Amino acid sequence: MAELDTSGGGGKKGGKVRSKKQSTRVDLTAMVDLAFLLITFFIMTTTLSKPKAMDVAMPDKDEKQDNQLDVAASRTMTLLLGKDNKLMWYIGEPGKTAPEVEGYGKKGLRQTLLDKSKEVQEKTGKFMFVIIKPSNKSVYKNMVDALDEIAITNIQSYGFAEILPVETKLLQEQGLY
Amino acid sequence: MPKVKVARKSTSIDMTAMCDVAFLLLTFFILTAKPRIEDPVPVDVPGSVKDIKLPEENIAVITVGEKKAFFSVEGNDVRKAVLEQMGGLYNIQFTPQEMNKFAALPVFGVPIQSLKQFLALDVEQRQRYPQPGIPRDSVSDELFNWIRESRKAVKALHNQEMRVSIKGDSKEEYPTIKDVIAILQRQKVNKFSLITSLRGASKD
Repeated sequence: MAELDTSGGGGKKGGKVRSKKQSTRVDLTAMVDLAFLLITFFIMTTTLSKPKAMDVAMPDKDEKQDNQLDVAASRTMTLLLGKDNKLMWYIGEPGKTAPEVEGYGKKGLRQTLLDKSKEVQEKTGKFMFVIIKPSNKSVYKNMVDALDEIAITNIQSYGFAEILPVETKLLQEQGLY
Repeated sequence: MPKVKVARKSTSIDMTAMCDVAFLLLTFFILTAKPRIEDPVPVDVPGSVKDIKLPEENIAVITVGEKKAFFSVEGNDVRKAVLEQMGGLYNIQFTPQEMNKFAALPVFGVPIQSLKQFLALDVEQRQRYPQPGIPRDSVSDELFNWIRESRKAVKALHNQEMRVSIKGDSKEEYPTIKDVIAILQRQKVNKFSLITSLRGASKD
């Protein structure tokens, strides 16, 4: 198949008819092809399908109230995760500042987080603290997305908290609950 | 002047060595490959930019999908010990055969009362068996106990802390996840991992 006949063509005229010696070499090209194909397949399926993990630390539930770190409301940003992949955010205390509705992703949450953390940094000289409050209507993906954006924007301090009835109401007003 | 004839060289290359290498690598990859665990419910893992690899040992995975929770823990020895402890806790005697079957079971989601019946099925029947998920209510507290007993077993057998990770479906509603997290927090597991798939940071 892949071998060229290099014997030089026609034999001598006359003489004894000799049986041609058969080559013992087997063409391995196809076998090598197959082997590499399988190798590629196994490399792809083993290393690429390895699940990745995202570490989450939750606040200790039994912690005493006086042990808790107080963070000034002015540098606390709260994210309320609502339905339909939408979220709401406000800075400060609930009800005092008007919340804004936003989507996840590059243009939405990421930009807001970047802008606001810069703003807070300039105003107070301290880092911004983000609290994520998933509502019962949000899905698991929203929670992961929110965490992800926080990781991308390099925000060091964040936490999870239970959503308050006041905040659920805010979500309801915007049709996100 | 006579023409100088250039001897024609054969164009075939000796493939033997290449073939050897290829098959050596192939064998290596086949032996190291772990069979993918079939999820009992369709789970579409959300993407994230975090690329911390999940450890292979001393880890338990709680799969959450369709409002049901499934449990799996790595290691055959751990699984055996866990089943024994759980049997003791719920007064169910498991035979050595059932223990072995359980040790080979990658993931399951049945209440402990019907576990015996579930183990008696063969692999194909098990796939078709409608697994109701592990009960999460506080009366039987099964998921709580599965996690706690696994942590005990890992500590006893490998002398290491067990990591807990949650593998949730993207579309799973938050209350189910909240339930599972609350169960973890009740036994002071405040640090755990969420299993995600890798995605580029530039995508939105």
